[in-house]
Amino acid sequence: MQRTIARNIMLHYPKKLTEKPIISNLIKNYDLTMNISRARIDQDEEGTLVIEISGVKENIDAGLKYLTDIGITYKPVSKVIARDDERCTHCSACTVICPTGALLIEDRSTMFVNFIQDKCIACGLCIPACPYQAMEMYE
Amino acid sequence: MAKTIQEINERIKNEKAVVFTAEEIIPYVEEKGYKKAAREVDVVTTGTFSPMCSSGAFLNFGHSAPRMKIQNAWLNDVPAYGGLAACDVYIGATQIPDEDPANKIYPGRFKYGGGYVIEELIDGKDITLKATSYGTDCYPRKELQTTINIKDLNQAYLVNPRNAYQNYNVAVNLSSRVIYTYLGVLQPGMGNANFSSAGQLSPLLNDPYYRTIGIGTRIFLGGSVGYVIWEGTQHNPTARRGKTGVPTEGAGTISVAGDMKNMSTRYVKGVSMLGYGVSLSMGIGIPIPIIDEEMISFVSIKDEDIYAPVIDYSSSYPKRENDILTELNYRDLRSGVATIREEKVPTASISSYPMAREIAQTLKNWIATGKFQLTEKVAPLPGVESGQTFKSLEIKTKR
Ligand code: SF4
Ligand code: SF4
Repeated sequence: MQRTIARNIMLHYPKKLTEKPIISNLIKNYDLTMNISRARIDQDEEGTLVIEISGVKENIDAGLKYLTDIGITYKPVSKVIARDDERCTHCSACTVICPTGALLIEDRSTMFVNFIQDKCIACGLCIPACPYQAMEMYE
Repeated sequence: MAKTIQEINERIKNEKAVVFTAEEIIPYVEEKGYKKAAREVDVVTTGTFSPMCSSGAFLNFGHSAPRMKIQNAWLNDVPAYGGLAACDVYIGATQIPDEDPANKIYPGRFKYGGGYVIEELIDGKDITLKATSYGTDCYPRKELQTTINIKDLNQAYLVNPRNAYQNYNVAVNLSSRVIYTYLGVLQPGMGNANFSSAGQLSPLLNDPYYRTIGIGTRIFLGGSVGYVIWEGTQHNPTARRGKTGVPTEGAGTISVAGDMKNMSTRYVKGVSMLGYGVSLSMGIGIPIPIIDEEMISFVSIKDEDIYAPVIDYSSSYPKRENDILTELNYRDLRSGVATIREEKVPTASISSYPMAREIAQTLKNWIATGKFQLTEKVAPLPGVESGQTFKSLEIKTKR
């Protein structure tokens, strides 16, 4: 019996594909389990998904090949960063640590620190640098 | 024409008091002028929220059976000071567990400590208490282990020897490696400049000569009511002051106390500074009674008129040389980029301006709705005339 493994991928699919039942095809045809951890559909109906695919290795490889074949680009992600808004005090200590500007003050009149997930590359630098343990990493 | 605190309290009681935050008062005074504003405004509220290492809590557990004179105590494995009466201890904000690797694995993560114990107590969580002692005829027990909860304690109150620093340093790193300080992670080659003051909202910057803030002043402390109980440690009224009289470096400090049973973890939070240690962030707000025109001129101070010294924390600060690279005002510091030695340096704050604003606003609401009365100070804090300075420790060489 083959071992079930899991992979996290971030995939971007263009507008022309939004109609296709991609997820259900992956589940049905390749015997994979899907867990959507993040989904964002733009106004122009393009979208980004972060999904965890699990199944036996052969099936995952075949499923990922299917995605490539139908024109979906994806990149493997192992980590997702999130902010616990209950713990964040909007001090701004992290803003000079984050290399991509994912943590920044957008409006200097409120001085609130924004976390822009789309800019985050999950480098993890903010996690120990935040005095309040507000930044967390999920594998 | 001067107002008395009694008159102001009368208006607070009748919910007629005119209250502004130290931020809101700035455009108001600009529009109305000192004279008119002093007449119309009763109270201006201030606020600050920042790690304040000199903080801690007295706890009384009550007596066990048989009784025990607690000598050494640990709360969730964090040592608490037991050199007091039988079942009193003091837990300090920066205390770390005995087995914490500290900076042995550099930079230390400092995941837990006194500040977190205090936060969890306020949060109503159960805390493990371990204690040892030598045993006496009247206190025979030598060991105990149990759990405690704030609701069962006789007393749980904060006594913070030094809070609400009147002003503070801006830290940079001129060396070529990353350094880890109580002002955060400092990138090499002046990669960032970190500061920690609420500036125009900060309590003691709005009463620069301690005219109204003194011993006995009732304040917002950790989401509840507390009091100024003494000058803070390192209180230095003779620090350098700018043209307006406002200190341009760390100056006055206050010692405060308040009942933890009514506090909220929104305003009392354990913090961990990478490579430095554990501390406690405190939310403090102080009302300033507008007794005359001088007070309205003090509280209308703006970020751009408050200056802080920039110091190299890789060499000058640890060596206690404290050379000042330049002075920056809080408007520039809060803009996100400041110019130091002709270089543009990104700035970040360790204290939270949004929280300082929230605290000043909360205190304003308490006063405006008659829930919070002002107090007359019982005794003043040492002022400029005291000549009191901040002395250093000289290491005496062994003979
Ligand atoms: S350092 Fe932490 S608490 Fe401060 S703004 Fe960033 S995430 Fe929030
Ligand atoms: S993980 Fe890295 S990129 Fe993402 S917010 Fe934190 S510091 Fe910025």
